[in-house]
Amino acid sequence: MTIAVEHYLLVGAVLFVAGVVCMAIKRNAIGVLMGVELVLNAANINFVAFARYNPLFVLEGQVMALFTIVLAAAEAAIALAIVLNFYNNHLTVDVDAAEDLKG
Amino acid sequence: MSAEALFFWLLAVTTMGCAIAVVVTQNIVRAAVWLLFTLGGVAGLFFLLGADFVGATQIMVYVGGTLVLIVFGVMLTAQSPFVTMRAGAGEWGLTLVVGGVLVGLLAGVLFLSPWTGPQSDSAAPQSRSVALGSDPARSQTVRDLGLVLLGIREVHPNGSIPVPIRDADNNPQSVPRREIGYLLPFELASVHLVVVLVAAAYLARARRRTGSPSS
Repeated sequence: MTIAVEHYLLVGAVLFVAGVVCMAIKRNAIGVLMGVELVLNAANINFVAFARYNPLFVLEGQVMALFTIVLAAAEAAIALAIVLNFYNNHLTVDVDAAEDLKG
Repeated sequence: MSAEALFFWLLAVTTMGCAIAVVVTQNIVRAAVWLLFTLGGVAGLFFLLGADFVGATQIMVYVGGTLVLIVFGVMLTAQSPFVTMRAGAGEWGLTLVVGGVLVGLLAGVLFLSPWTGPQSDSAAPQSRSVALGSDPARSQTVRDLGLVLLGIREVHPNGSIPVPIRDADNNPQSVPRREIGYLLPFELASVHLVVVLVAAAYLARARRRTGSPSS
């Protein structure tokens, strides 16, 4: 059996759904962050899979994947800094405790 | 079943299972370890797709950087101290078995692999300086990605996948056309990283907790 682009897209879809569910149900802020990482990795799998299977995107897919990796690293650094700040102020990382701005 | 299909399903099942385990597990440290395996599996999929540079970057940035950051975040915001820090006898035995199997696997790969590379092609050695980067057997992605990020996009006349056309003297016959690459997004990403570094250092700096008298 030959591996087509749909198989990689299936892996990406499973990772995406796992990330979205992780963002939805985790109460730990760092768990939510892990969900974001899963979603970005799912997008990366799709980019690289299309780079492999579509001759028009041989380099573009990989370049986009590299930019996504850079943005994900930056996002993780900022989000963890915010989480640490939140922990310093509230002594918890429960996202349900973040209701200071609730109207 | 071909080797590619075998490796694909191995990596895909590992990646998907570990991603689901990240969601299902309740312990945040275990979730971080499952995420480590998920990211490693994604890197393996990248290697399987022929994107060697992206796979190596995935390992270095995600597994080496982001995951360490996440683990430090978990440690700094831990609600309760870790209960047991000592490994039991069964865990030690299992660890020794796994370590022994890993050493055996690595040693087997070491002695079974041809390290000198393909020597059968007689034209390969002298044309090496010419063919470096344009040899289809050699990995091309790092060179092309570097050129693209510097703003040079090489479009080869015989398709987007560069397969060099050689004349009798083994000189590349078709000169690739050059187009605009991705210099501007590259610079934007660089500036973005600098801003993020400054912002992260500003946000995460040591600060007194609420309740303590502010200076």
